[in-house]
Amino acid sequence: MTEIRMKVNGDVEALDVEPRVSLLDALRERLGLMGPKKGCDQGACGACTVLADGMRINSCLALAVQYDGSEITTIEGVTHPLQEAFVRHDGFQCGYCTSGQICSAIGMLAEHEAGMPSAVADASPLTEAEVRERMSGNLCRCGAYNGIVDAIMDVAGKDGR
Amino acid sequence: MRSFAYVKAADVEEAVRAVAADPGAKFLGGGTNLVDLMREGIERPDTVVDVTGLPFDTVDELPDGGLRIGALVRNSALAADRRVRTRYPMLSQALLSGASAQLRNMATVGGNLLQRTRCPYFYDAASACNKREPGSGCDALDGFNRSCAILGVSESCIATHPSDMCVALAALDAVVEVRGVDGVRRVPLTDFHRLPGDTPEIETTLAAGELVTAVELPPLPVAANSRYRKVRDRASYAFALVSVAAALEVRDGMVTQARLALGGVAPKPWRAREAERVLQGGPADEAAFRRAAEAELAGATGRQGNAFKAGLARATIVATLRELSTGEAR
Amino acid sequence: MGVTHDTRAGQGEVRAMSVSQAEATERATGTEKYVGRAVDRVDGPAKTTGRARFAAEHPYPGLAHAALVHATVARARITAIDTEAARAVPGVIDVLTHENTPPMKPPPKVSFLDLSTLVSGTTVNYLATDEVHWNGQPVAVVVAETPEAARHAASLVRPSYAELPATVDFSAEEPRAVPQKGNLIAEAEADKGDAQAALAAAAHSVDLTFSTPPHNHNAIEPHATTAVWEGDRLTVHEGTQSIAWTRRHLAKRFGVPEQDVRVLSPYVGGGFGGKGSVWAGTLLAVLAARVTNRPVRLALTREGVYHTVGGRTPSTQRVALGADEQGRLTALIHTSVSRVARTGGMPEGITAGSRHLYASPNIHLRQSITRLDLLANTFMRAPGEAIGTFALESAMDELAWETGIDPIELRMRNEPERAPIGGQRFSNRLLREAYAVGAERFGWRERDPRAGAMRDGRWLVGMGVATAYHPQMRFSAHVKVRMSADGQVVVRCGLQEMGMGTATAQAQIAADELGVPLESVRVEIGDSDLPQGPGAGGSNQTASAAAGVIEASAKLKRALLALARRAPGSPLRGRRLEELEARDGGLYHGGRGQTYAEILAAAGRDHVEAESKGNMLGLLVRTMNDRRKWVKAAIGAQFCEVRVDPDTMEVRVSRWLGVFDVGRVINARTAASQLRGGIVMGIGMALSEQTLVDGRSGRIVNPSLAEYHLPVQADIPRIDVHCLDEPDPTTPLGLIGVGEVSITGAAAAVANAVRHATGKRVLDLPITLDKLL
Ligand SMILES: Cc1cc2nc3c(=O)[nH]c(=O)nc-3n(C[C@H](O)[C@H](O)[C@H](O)COP(=O)(O)OP(=O)(O)OC[C@H]3O[C@@H](n4cnc5c(N)ncnc54)[C@H](O)[C@@H]3O)c2cc1C
Ligand code: FES
Ligand code: FES
Repeated sequence: MTEIRMKVNGDVEALDVEPRVSLLDALRERLGLMGPKKGCDQGACGACTVLADGMRINSCLALAVQYDGSEITTIEGVTHPLQEAFVRHDGFQCGYCTSGQICSAIGMLAEHEAGMPSAVADASPLTEAEVRERMSGNLCRCGAYNGIVDAIMDVAGKDGR
Repeated sequence: MRSFAYVKAADVEEAVRAVAADPGAKFLGGGTNLVDLMREGIERPDTVVDVTGLPFDTVDELPDGGLRIGALVRNSALAADRRVRTRYPMLSQALLSGASAQLRNMATVGGNLLQRTRCPYFYDAASACNKREPGSGCDALDGFNRSCAILGVSESCIATHPSDMCVALAALDAVVEVRGVDGVRRVPLTDFHRLPGDTPEIETTLAAGELVTAVELPPLPVAANSRYRKVRDRASYAFALVSVAAALEVRDGMVTQARLALGGVAPKPWRAREAERVLQGGPADEAAFRRAAEAELAGATGRQGNAFKAGLARATIVATLRELSTGEAR
Repeated sequence: MGVTHDTRAGQGEVRAMSVSQAEATERATGTEKYVGRAVDRVDGPAKTTGRARFAAEHPYPGLAHAALVHATVARARITAIDTEAARAVPGVIDVLTHENTPPMKPPPKVSFLDLSTLVSGTTVNYLATDEVHWNGQPVAVVVAETPEAARHAASLVRPSYAELPATVDFSAEEPRAVPQKGNLIAEAEADKGDAQAALAAAAHSVDLTFSTPPHNHNAIEPHATTAVWEGDRLTVHEGTQSIAWTRRHLAKRFGVPEQDVRVLSPYVGGGFGGKGSVWAGTLLAVLAARVTNRPVRLALTREGVYHTVGGRTPSTQRVALGADEQGRLTALIHTSVSRVARTGGMPEGITAGSRHLYASPNIHLRQSITRLDLLANTFMRAPGEAIGTFALESAMDELAWETGIDPIELRMRNEPERAPIGGQRFSNRLLREAYAVGAERFGWRERDPRAGAMRDGRWLVGMGVATAYHPQMRFSAHVKVRMSADGQVVVRCGLQEMGMGTATAQAQIAADELGVPLESVRVEIGDSDLPQGPGAGGSNQTASAAAGVIEASAKLKRALLALARRAPGSPLRGRRLEELEARDGGLYHGGRGQTYAEILAAAGRDHVEAESKGNMLGLLVRTMNDRRKWVKAAIGAQFCEVRVDPDTMEVRVSRWLGVFDVGRVINARTAASQLRGGIVMGIGMALSEQTLVDGRSGRIVNPSLAEYHLPVQADIPRIDVHCLDEPDPTTPLGLIGVGEVSITGAAAAVANAVRHATGKRVLDLPITLDKLL
């Protein structure tokens, strides 16, 4: 067992975990934060996306011990216009990928703001094609992809990007 | 995943010593490959030495005009680096074409170099795989081998090296700096990975306990006109079927410099020297590009599922060179 | 028989008429306030804040975690099973094998008198047998204090096998397929005239053989079960499309009364058919909880889902079409081979769509099956039609090339007046309108009819169409509706929510029926303690439940009126319900009336409840009768544009339009989302999805979301969907169902667009670039 401390959604949490426990399982099983979802446990779907020190990561391939001292934000700690926009634009159906989509979108907007390029373009306007590429790490089997893009474009537009 | 001890390395010496002394120990970078394989029971270290706290997380100018990339620089940070984007655009493009944004935020340069194959039979502990379990055979030879290699393969293994980043590095004459108990070594990227031969389980020329500390890029003006082109089964978030990293300098219609490497077709990032030789000094036209591609792929040995890769690689090489020579995007 | 271009204006008028008719109905009844509108989902806030709890997310004190051990051979007897190393793992509570586990009751025999018997995923009685029937079958269960310990210990269990010969290679077995048997509701063959002779004599013909690979549902939520026994009472949290049947199945398997089993499933993280049956994980979680006397959670790994939950069958299909000089079909032949397992599985109705899509004097349809030593297949979104329409609609497109007739025009020339085989009438069939509206919106006129002639820069551009078709299904629903003294309405029915917006749609219907604001309606679903709802499958749920909500609401209004009529001084005294309007939270005759709250207050009651019991047997009889008169189905026109890279032959879908006749639309937004979702899945099926089953071992080689390529965000263009929104005159509220129709025809539309762009006809899915190089 290793003792770690993380600031999770604003609260400092100390917990004893085995090194093999993933950040995702630490959040879900130890801290009871069921917002981040487990879709594959293989890094291949993005349902487990959380923000670690502001960066979006797949928490299923992260060992909790590696994030000792980090600040973690899960969907439970999010209050963001994207949430309402997802409802308005029907950016989900079953809702299972949604926590990951929203956390990912928040991280994505920050990355874009910071000048991070994408495989689509080096340039800055956040086009729909850009959003699609940048959000491709989040699968949605219900196929709510159009609504997700609309929700993001809506919010990004309001921010004057 | 079995239990293991976790050590967060505070300094290089300690990290190298810890792993060199213990055959069951492994370095841990972003964890995006190692944790996955540990969960599948394919990697079974008893100690994991986390190196992400070591101070190799910057990209620095070299006196000769090259760049020194710390082994712990995250894939996303490297892709975003202005100098990389202007001086070696193919490297930034290669990184951005790999995995997903979340994974790129986690993955390190060192881990990317050492990521293991995605051959499905390697991933399935119930299948025969000489790489996973030497001597057990290779189920890919007559199985699903659509993703497998056509160059540099052996009868014991046809798995590919899956990295995109490494393909660009191979084309760029990158040099890997490694630190072992006996000190520092510098290995050209093209000598860093091994071909399978009879020992596909040995994938690199690293000795036990050697830590990758940096990758150095030489100054390479031709690389400013470079491109990474990745062909895969969906538009994003998939490994390459074939990829091409190319840099080209054309003067008066003639190729004065060319750098070319291939991904998805070989057990290691494949520097296409044969093609470069054919291109060098020749006309920058479609026919010459085709001759170069064909020269490189002359030795390709496809199987039922992956024979198409030779044609695809040829087409992708030609398309990428055409794009670089005309400056016209697709 | 019209000609597309000439009748387009005329059909536009039809469309306009249908809209104004709908509006007229609306005005006349004055009740249509919410139905049809794009209302926000009622569970939106729960799903966007992480509050919605799925099956693996219910904490219990003392909760233990289970993990499965999967067989690594296709057919065998287990000769020994070494659990010592697993038991030695710290935290392991127990390892269940066939040697030490009290058997469950065997799965019930299938009977149409008890539809819950359809819900067994396989016929194997897990852990009650030493037999292995497929590569991946669960052969042991580890229960431990933590998920990590359980999973690790599971990897240490060592079964020894005496292997038996196994038949696992579909393509090798396919020639030995035997004719499939039909049943009450699904015929497996049809013959009309002499199709072979007509084909041989036809002026134009095509004769093509297609193949489609196995698919997996890949709901992003892997199957999970949390099982808790308190004495002989069982509570199960489970993501299921079939709450009631799951409950009955579990009661039977564990020998307890049905009322002592409670299945809770308020949120299902995607189903698509994959959560329609009871599979090993559910049973083994309940069994493990019983044996260890602990609450047990079993969350399948992604790989575990592939090994224990069936997917879509692969198929080979022959479609041969003969036509006269004008492109009118003279022969239609569609035969198919699919697979089931020796231990269960559902034969798909692959040629079902071909019974109804085209007029032809000569038709020959036949379905055959093989039985293999693989995990049983199961229904996946539009079973039968999804893959059947790929073949039929690809062949139809090829006939268009063959005859030189525009593909839409060719379809219009073969549009039947009545069902081509049974001669029934179509209760609704706006296919002409769908194509006319679609062609206009999509710019079909811009399409250069020559192959490979359209370009965008270097990209080759292609446009294709295909018809979508999915029959309507209905089950019965038991619905209770309660009106409280404060005017709040509660609708209760054990429905499933896996993304369709179930509660939202029923709230809209109830609000309209009762004339109350949407905000005052709460819909309770997802619990077997509620009145029994239909399962979510065959796109039936919304329509089935709507019938119940409408009837229960009518009874409720009647009961409330009866109360009012008894109250002295009520303005409703002497009134009949037929004269009244339900609006503004009450019943009114012109300006005079009373709110429900007033009625209840006057009567001194705090609530009134009414119910619609639903009668499955009656409904079944009615359905059978109906089937002789009507063909009821959703139909649509799919329009796809692709771009193909001329060097690498990568295919990208660049535009999509689907125009559908799905009857009445309850919620314009959620319906559009569901239709889009089917198209997205259809695009995946067309271009990238396949489950790789190793023909030597029967092992699934890509049981992972990294290697089974679902479409990602970047694969999906803007998808325009348009519903003709004409109520079906023969169904409750005019509903047909939107869940499945849009995956049908989708793969063919892509294939046809690729054919147009490249000149190449790909006959086997998925259309990966190597098939175009
Ligand atoms: C779903 C998915 C999709 C992906 N798609 C792509 C893709 O399209 N293209 C692509 O290129 N990659 C792809 N990847 C792989 C990804 O790029 C690698 O997992 C990542 O680069 C590994 O970096 P890491 O830091 O996380 O390595 P880790 O997982 O931490 O380590 C990987 C290996 O490197 C060793 N190691 C780590 N650091 C050092 C060091 N400094 N010195 C010596 N040894 C070290 C470890 O011991 C381990 O053996 C994908 C991964 C996933 C899960
Ligand atoms: S659960 Fe982490 S990426 Fe799928
Ligand atoms: S909403 Fe169901 S997976 Fe995205």
